[in-house]
Amino acid sequence: MGHMEKKKVTAVPGEKRALAGGIFCLCDGCGATLKTADFVRDFRVCSVCGHHHPLEATRWVELLLDPGSFVEHDATLRAADPLGFVDQKPYPKRVEAAIQKSGANDAILSGTGRIEGREVELVVFRFEFLGGSMGSVVGEKITRAAERARLARRPLIILSASGGARMQEGSLSLMQMAKTVSEIRLLREAGVPFISVLRNPTTGGVAASFAFLGDVNLAEPGALIGFAGPRVIEQTIREKLPEGFQRAEFLLEHGMLDQIVPRAEMRSRIALLLSHLLD
Amino acid sequence: MTHFDFEKPLVELEERIRALRAALGAEAEDAHIRELEIRAERLQREIYGHLEPWQKVQLSRHPARPYFLDYAGMLFEDFVELHGDRAFGDDAAIVAGFARFRGRHVAVVGHQKGRGTREKVARNFGMAHPEGYRKAMRVMQLASRFGRPIFTFIDTPGAYPGVGAEERGQSEAIGRSILEMSALEVPVIATVLGEGGSGGALALGVANRVLMFEFSTYSVITPEGCASILWRDGGMAPEAAEQLKLLSPDARRLNIVDEIIEEPLGGAHRAPERAAEALGEALLRHLVELEGMSRDELLRDRHAKFRAMGEFLE
Repeated sequence: MGHMEKKKVTAVPGEKRALAGGIFCLCDGCGATLKTADFVRDFRVCSVCGHHHPLEATRWVELLLDPGSFVEHDATLRAADPLGFVDQKPYPKRVEAAIQKSGANDAILSGTGRIEGREVELVVFRFEFLGGSMGSVVGEKITRAAERARLARRPLIILSASGGARMQEGSLSLMQMAKTVSEIRLLREAGVPFISVLRNPTTGGVAASFAFLGDVNLAEPGALIGFAGPRVIEQTIREKLPEGFQRAEFLLEHGMLDQIVPRAEMRSRIALLLSHLLD
Repeated sequence: MTHFDFEKPLVELEERIRALRAALGAEAEDAHIRELEIRAERLQREIYGHLEPWQKVQLSRHPARPYFLDYAGMLFEDFVELHGDRAFGDDAAIVAGFARFRGRHVAVVGHQKGRGTREKVARNFGMAHPEGYRKAMRVMQLASRFGRPIFTFIDTPGAYPGVGAEERGQSEAIGRSILEMSALEVPVIATVLGEGGSGGALALGVANRVLMFEFSTYSVITPEGCASILWRDGGMAPEAAEQLKLLSPDARRLNIVDEIIEEPLGGAHRAPERAAEALGEALLRHLVELEGMSRDELLRDRHAKFRAMGEFLE
């Protein structure tokens, strides 16, 4: 749990390899040179090898929802500092820096919108915000989204990308796992669908709470998904892990996922699944 | 008995007292012994009254600390263990079954760390695999169907981070256990006995009442793990232990536990029967309160409890 900020996270890896003043960029998967404009239009999927690069929360909204249908909720929620946590920097300074860098108040975007005409509650993690870690703000926003979904009978869609619980809020972060899942239980009992989409990476306290409790669990190709991060496992077993371990394809093979869905098909697949469940 | 560095002066003094007694005979009244005993008591208060968070973390992991089955032996009668998850195997890191407690039939589920090398390995040091959580869920749901209250006992460094655990869905098992616990239709009381290590602890922790022994911890990550990530140096664990606010008074202040069970001076391992007595008293008191609640009240109470957790600005 709580494995976040292992490395400096680059929100848009394609751009760090920008060439010719940003007109071209390199794919992180195959190294192909791509036209940046095409790459952005393709929602940061490589047109040569299909590698899925990280996609910003606002682009996910654009990808999934009917144009102009999204209304954001709870955008003003901000992290407190319940523990007075200081590591190499005080926690409030880390939060402030993440807010400055991302332009958002915390690690998820949530709101109501329509997917092929159907109203849904959508939650999108921002991995670039402190590793998408779940503290009190993320827990509260997910809980509220699930509550809105239940009361308005709108399907809930959560797109996770998180290193896990946010260490700087200690046991309160841990408890967000129980808080969110308790609300998911009510949603299930109300018969409102929950589609969980696991993006790269989804680990720790997010994986071990709501992310695998979707009525349908989908994942992006190649996404790293697991309870413990690969480094922790390697340190525990003192062995190198095999290629592909904890990738979405590995999880599908082990029965943990319903489908792996390429980004370009995500919208239509979710809409079809909801139709199968509801129409 | 194993002991830590900070316990050493006390242990040495107690040894001297024992040696003197042996030399003089058990009945001997000796002014010197009495003086040493007074010093030992004072030293005990000094040592245990001023422990750093890191030392308390060590105390929560003390190898002589009573484990779930030690308490079970002191508090329950007619214990019957139930094995296996009906899907993969039986995980000895979690013990589950039914027992009698003060005349009532109850389900009991807890982590078990094991003593001695062989048992420790067999029980994987209390670090459960998915099948352990699935066994726990099975027994808790059985209890719910038959209207039996559930006591859970938490004492784990964390769920096991290994290849098999990942292959068999460690994340799903923990998430599912949290979900199923939130749906139990009977009173549930969880007690943190020693280490409340992250998701692996919480998987048994979604209860109407959460109790915590004085020298136990409840944390999102081990201090060692936190130190190696945030300070990039596992040696900073004592600092991480301080920052993580993982001790029982912190947990009470953050409202993640309802009651702290006081331990005998120096910790539960120095007087296990007295610790068991205090645990039994607290369990009974909370159980009696919960027994007055209907199924719907219990579900609402558990939901409201966790719904309220967290601190943020709006």
